[in-house]
Amino acid sequence: MAKTQHTPRSAVRGLPKCPTGIQGLDEITGGGLPRGRPTLVCGSAGSGKTLLAMQFLVRGATDYREPGVFMAFEETADELAKNVASLGFDLPALIRRKQLYVDYVHVERSEIEETGEYDLEGLFVRLGYAIDSIGAKRVVLDTVESLFAALPNMLVLRAELRRLFRWLKDKGVTVIITAEQGNGTLTRHGLEEYVSDCVVQLDHRVTDQVSTRRLRIVKYRGSVHGTNEYPFLINERGFLVLPITSLRLQHPASTERISTGIARLDTMLSGRGYFRGSTVLVSGTAGTGKTSLAAHFADAACRRGERCLYFAFEESMHQITRNMRSIGLDLQPWLDKGRLQFHASRPTLCGLEEHLATMDTMIETFHPHVVVIDPITTFVSVGEITAAKSMLMRLVDALKLHQITTLCTSLTAADGALEQTPNDISSLMDTWLLLRDIELNGERNRGLYILKSRGMAHSNQIREVLITDHGIELVDVDLGPSGLLTGSARLAQATHDRGEAVVRQQEAERRQRDLKRKHATLDAQIAVLRAEYERAADEVQDSLAEVRQREQRTRVGRAEMGRHRGADTAPAVRPTPRVHAKGGRQ
Amino acid sequence: MSMSKRRVSTSAPHSGWRSASRAQRWELRLYVAGQTPRSLAAFANLKQICENYLAGKYHIDVIDLVKNPQLARGDQIVAIPTLVRRLPPPLSKIIGDLSNTERVLVGLQLRARQ
Repeated sequence: MAKTQHTPRSAVRGLPKCPTGIQGLDEITGGGLPRGRPTLVCGSAGSGKTLLAMQFLVRGATDYREPGVFMAFEETADELAKNVASLGFDLPALIRRKQLYVDYVHVERSEIEETGEYDLEGLFVRLGYAIDSIGAKRVVLDTVESLFAALPNMLVLRAELRRLFRWLKDKGVTVIITAEQGNGTLTRHGLEEYVSDCVVQLDHRVTDQVSTRRLRIVKYRGSVHGTNEYPFLINERGFLVLPITSLRLQHPASTERISTGIARLDTMLSGRGYFRGSTVLVSGTAGTGKTSLAAHFADAACRRGERCLYFAFEESMHQITRNMRSIGLDLQPWLDKGRLQFHASRPTLCGLEEHLATMDTMIETFHPHVVVIDPITTFVSVGEITAAKSMLMRLVDALKLHQITTLCTSLTAADGALEQTPNDISSLMDTWLLLRDIELNGERNRGLYILKSRGMAHSNQIREVLITDHGIELVDVDLGPSGLLTGSARLAQATHDRGEAVVRQQEAERRQRDLKRKHATLDAQIAVLRAEYERAADEVQDSLAEVRQREQRTRVGRAEMGRHRGADTAPAVRPTPRVHAKGGRQ
Repeated sequence: MSMSKRRVSTSAPHSGWRSASRAQRWELRLYVAGQTPRSLAAFANLKQICENYLAGKYHIDVIDLVKNPQLARGDQIVAIPTLVRRLPPPLSKIIGDLSNTERVLVGLQLRARQ
């Protein structure tokens, strides 16, 4: 990228510069072309030399109050006016206001016979007259070398051209001289020999059937300048060298948050959604719901009353609105209200730079709050990887500078690494949502997780994406014993879990009942035992009492008998229940 | 000699030269820029050739672009001096000091190109 760029301030210190009014070119050259000196603009046929020169004059006349002379050697004033009218340049009006003077110089070789010495004073006279008649500060000679074809004497011509450039320098006008590119040389007739202050080379090349225009400052005496090749465009706004100022990373950072359009996703992004002005990447394999996610985002923006610009590079507007209706998102009202604007085109329609310029133009005219680019990956099909990345970088920077929240979708190849984006665009992105397939049990489900989200706490969980007839829903995935479960496996697991729970419940209840029953049995047994015991105890008491009575009676009887016999008192005999034996021993 | 848009014409009829062009009137314009030796030489050479070949039916306008720069556009003048044959058609131009009479005659189509 542009490492050699610098601020236009350097123009103040160094060489006086003459701003071209061409967006981008003034930045590369640090303020414009060398003032009061000739600049050579060379390039192949159709590379935009005439346009660059014309814009230099028109902008000079309209923006810098510097009238200009266009000396055309190839096109008539009428032709020129028609050719640049499509760029919004009104040459006849400028000519009427004496801000522009167009002189068509035409030399027809077949009409000319050469006899003896001559010079090109006629050209000087015409140019001098043109400059003086409107007080011109800028001059364009387009393409002066066609004189080489018209005039037979090379020596005279070369000497006169040298004199012409000297003369123009003395006049103090800033000059652009255009020249056709030669074979291996900057110009076909070696004009660079005479114009040595500043040389700009334009190039128009076609790679893979896509054309790209490039500009390079070959030389700029007395000034630092960008040395790279810069892509440029010619569109309805004229000549445009692609913005490089935005590469300075000075965009503001908002703390405002905006909804993703999906409540659950907001929750995952610390509850409040994306940062305003941030760049969101939604990557995933085919059919994972990237466009649906983008449509939700667009819908949410329109709901807030904001404007949304939707760049669709794979589907037409009607296709997207129809498809989104099937998931319950009706974008039509927003289209009717003018809040939503689609720009659908094939990425191969034009080169990267043109895409960028188109997008830039649309952004400038529509002033969207949010932009959707669906998908961003198709740009890779248009250009080389490095070109695509630099283009995306410019785009992202431009969007950030405008505080536009951007959602880009990115298609990941099915066999590619999931956490990899083409051209490594992820480094440009602030938030990266990854949609992925989860294949399990013969079915395919969608999972979403947040790979990164700069500047906010965010969920680390995988959610299952359900595309329902009322939009996208995010649900928790089941983390069963056999791992992540989604889709019907998740449902089956849930059913299974519910069944198991019932069984467990029943089991527990049964056990409880068993325990109660056991308890009851135990109680009963205890009661029986107690009853037996009590009965036994009663019996023991009863017999004990009887024995005592009998003993009592026996003692009384023996005493009576003793008394009756008059015997002495015998030691007490242990009473026995065998009453009849007592009598037998006696 | 002043050459600013001076008209040089002869009216004397001249007979015996190319009957086809007898009635034709030759209108020539010589563009110069100031009275440089080259301009003066060109004018002198032209005068000589006209007298010799077109006596009585030519007309020369000398236009000094230093004085009338706006006139350079009309005839697409780049080189100085330039002689323009306005009439008879077709329009042709001869650049240089007209020192080579043969080539001037060819340029004016008074003589076929070899």
